[in-house]
Amino acid sequence: MKQKKWLSWLLVPAACVVIAGCSSEEGSSEGEDETADSDTQDTLVFGRGADSTSLDPAKETDGETFYVTQQIYDTLIQYKPGTTELEPALAEEWDSNDDGTEFTLQLREDVTFQDGTEFNAKAVVANFERWMSSEDYVYYGSMFGGYGDEEDNIIENVEATGDFEVTFSLRQPSAPFLKNLAMSPFAIASPEAFDTLEEEPVGTGPFTLSDWRRDDSITLDKNEEYWDEGKPHLNTIIFQVIPDNSSRLTALQNGEIDLMDGVNPSDQSKIENDENLQTFMRPPLNVAYMPMNNETEPFDDPVVRKAVNHAIDKEALINGFYEGNAETAKNMLPPTVDGYNDEVQEYEFDPDQAKELLEEGGYEEGELTIDLWTMDNPRPYMPAPQKIAESIQSDLSDIGIDAEIQTLDWSTYLEKAQAGEMPSFLIGWIGDNGDADNFLYTLLSTGSGNNYAFYSNEEADELMAEAQAETDEGKRAELYKEVQEIIHEDAPTVPLVHYESIMAGSDTLDGYIPAPTGSERFTDVSFTE
Amino acid sequence: MLNYTLRRLGSLIPVLFGMSLIVFFIIRAIPGDPARTILGEKASEAAVESLRADLGLNDPIVIQYFHYLGDLLTGDLGTSIRTSSEISGDIWPYLAATMELAFVAMLIAVFVGVNAGILSAWFQNSIFDYTAMIVALIGVSMPVFWLGLMEQWFFSLELNWLPSIGRESIRDPVEPITHLYLLDTLINGNLDQFFTVVKHLILPGVALGTIPMAIIARMTRSSMLEVMRSDYIRTARAKGQRMLLVVYKHSLKNAFIPVLTVIGLQTGLLLGGAILTETIFSWPGIGRYVYESIQYRDYPVIQSGILVIATIFVFVNLIVDLLYAAFDPRIKY
Repeated sequence: MKQKKWLSWLLVPAACVVIAGCSSEEGSSEGEDETADSDTQDTLVFGRGADSTSLDPAKETDGETFYVTQQIYDTLIQYKPGTTELEPALAEEWDSNDDGTEFTLQLREDVTFQDGTEFNAKAVVANFERWMSSEDYVYYGSMFGGYGDEEDNIIENVEATGDFEVTFSLRQPSAPFLKNLAMSPFAIASPEAFDTLEEEPVGTGPFTLSDWRRDDSITLDKNEEYWDEGKPHLNTIIFQVIPDNSSRLTALQNGEIDLMDGVNPSDQSKIENDENLQTFMRPPLNVAYMPMNNETEPFDDPVVRKAVNHAIDKEALINGFYEGNAETAKNMLPPTVDGYNDEVQEYEFDPDQAKELLEEGGYEEGELTIDLWTMDNPRPYMPAPQKIAESIQSDLSDIGIDAEIQTLDWSTYLEKAQAGEMPSFLIGWIGDNGDADNFLYTLLSTGSGNNYAFYSNEEADELMAEAQAETDEGKRAELYKEVQEIIHEDAPTVPLVHYESIMAGSDTLDGYIPAPTGSERFTDVSFTE
Repeated sequence: MLNYTLRRLGSLIPVLFGMSLIVFFIIRAIPGDPARTILGEKASEAAVESLRADLGLNDPIVIQYFHYLGDLLTGDLGTSIRTSSEISGDIWPYLAATMELAFVAMLIAVFVGVNAGILSAWFQNSIFDYTAMIVALIGVSMPVFWLGLMEQWFFSLELNWLPSIGRESIRDPVEPITHLYLLDTLINGNLDQFFTVVKHLILPGVALGTIPMAIIARMTRSSMLEVMRSDYIRTARAKGQRMLLVVYKHSLKNAFIPVLTVIGLQTGLLLGGAILTETIFSWPGIGRYVYESIQYRDYPVIQSGILVIATIFVFVNLIVDLLYAAFDPRIKY
């Protein structure tokens, strides 16, 4: 009687476990067949660390969002795969007046949004008006200076000057303007869907949203009506969240996913030795650097700044903390960007020369004590902030500078950086639009909010302003090269490294080219088997 | 019994109130600003300030707390700062995923743990006893993330028996109805998918169930040993009853009460404490939901998520207490 009650407690689980056990045996063979279809595979599963915040690119700033929105929306102009050069997208051609204050774009006439709305000049204008309307559209303010009628908003007017012609009038010359248009946040959305884009994105892109399970997966289906005929090659893309880097790699080796980001550098050789896998390197569009406050002691003296530049062993940082996946930086501009000056002679790692410089400058050994600040959590460009700071600390002590390491949480850190309260600290910059202006002007022009070194050089400022107004790309590049010479001579910062991130994928994957800007289109991706 | 149940439910109120108070103030003590986290490092100070105002983060903290409490009383769990959607609508899929995983983990833990404990007590000081207890000791001290990664390596990669991550085949997703996938696949009548879901449950289930399993085994053993030394057991054996019956019927029944307590507590812990397992196995459960929110300083989700977990914890233990009476008629409420 009564014993049955408790026996069932044990028997029910027993039965379940047995069933589970059996089924696992049966089921496993099916599992393998899933990917091994006789036809060529047309579903791509992309494993990544976190979910998108929303699917309205104009409102978000995180890379996980852009990974997905890049597939759903198109921009007016786009980057050529793997570079920061421009090529036509929704705009077929473009033109500007001589002083770079007016840009006219000719739009494609054969495009419709995924909800059937017609794509035309009015739709483009509506998108710009939306971005200018509020501070919710963070990237607009950060790239175009301000909102609405504010003086800082460099776009004075956007006008549909024809059914398929849009004209932008700018308040001040801006050569980087076109590069901005290619950025993921400035993707054109259907005006009919503005209110619901966060959950139900509607663009003109190669894929449409089919399913979204928060913190789990986002499934995109092919847009059969896509304007670029014959594309995309894939039928389905699934963005699968797998938070742990090691588990993600296991899933890749196991064939559960086809492509992944966030490879542990220490796993790189393992992947390269696996004949079923291949690695991809994302070209760097970033710089990790150490600003020194040019307005306060002791860094107001260029001699000290140069000495510090000679003192830091960047190779050791790269081997120790970036696992070799970085190159030493001699400019604040990464080499992928047009205008990079390769002629600049790097400040070599040479403690003796650094010491000599300090002696000549009249400093005695041990006279200099500084605070060196670092952030509390890793950033992409600073994988081990505390240890990197310690390494620099020991480099500095070799030349007789006594550095004390201070740590702060990220948001307070940024506030202090902007207020100039940290004499020297570690930070980095990830490029937005692939233009030299986005590095040099943003990080080192007088009065820029991101000029954490409080560097000010009139000549450099003038050249950078001139470059903003110069529409000839060749001449612009020359101007930026000159700016880099000046900056190098003044040494307002220590450019440390440009890091490269590693991606890994199945070896049957074809046509995948990582973009320096961080989010690439999967339009040309296919599988070879 | 009804009276007791009501009283216990009533005691939820001060518990939840206390929880809400602690959680609310503790998470605000963590450095970091939600507005800055959301907008990223490139946003201007003005944009951050305006978002802070929108989110009500500039109000005095006590006022914020009362706003939150007021919303809770009307059944409103709040709106996520990160996704700007209602938490009460978002939370169920996460909760269902965790419940399914915790259920399987406890199934494994209880079945293996209780039986191993009984046999160890029955054959005390035998090789089996020593082995089982050493294994249990290892089980208790095994880091979950290490066990999980080893399982993935061995059973997925080397043997290719079981999938390494997720709740379902990524390429053949389950159509969610209740979000309990074992149930959903059966409702959809898709047996293939049902077995796929079962397969996905095994590795994380074992990883999550190992510690409770070991605790339950040790608890069962010591509790059984105590009971088996008592007089009525000696009497039962003296009158010639079969040992199997003596052990599984007479002894277990009396020995089970403390074991049940442990099972209840462990179940509660699994529901909230599965973050590591959920992270390694990419399981979209409530632990990760709350964990991600901490990274985004998504205060409403942290607060409400923890409250929901706390509520379930209290409920599970209430059910356990009520079960005492079912096992032991001497206990009456």
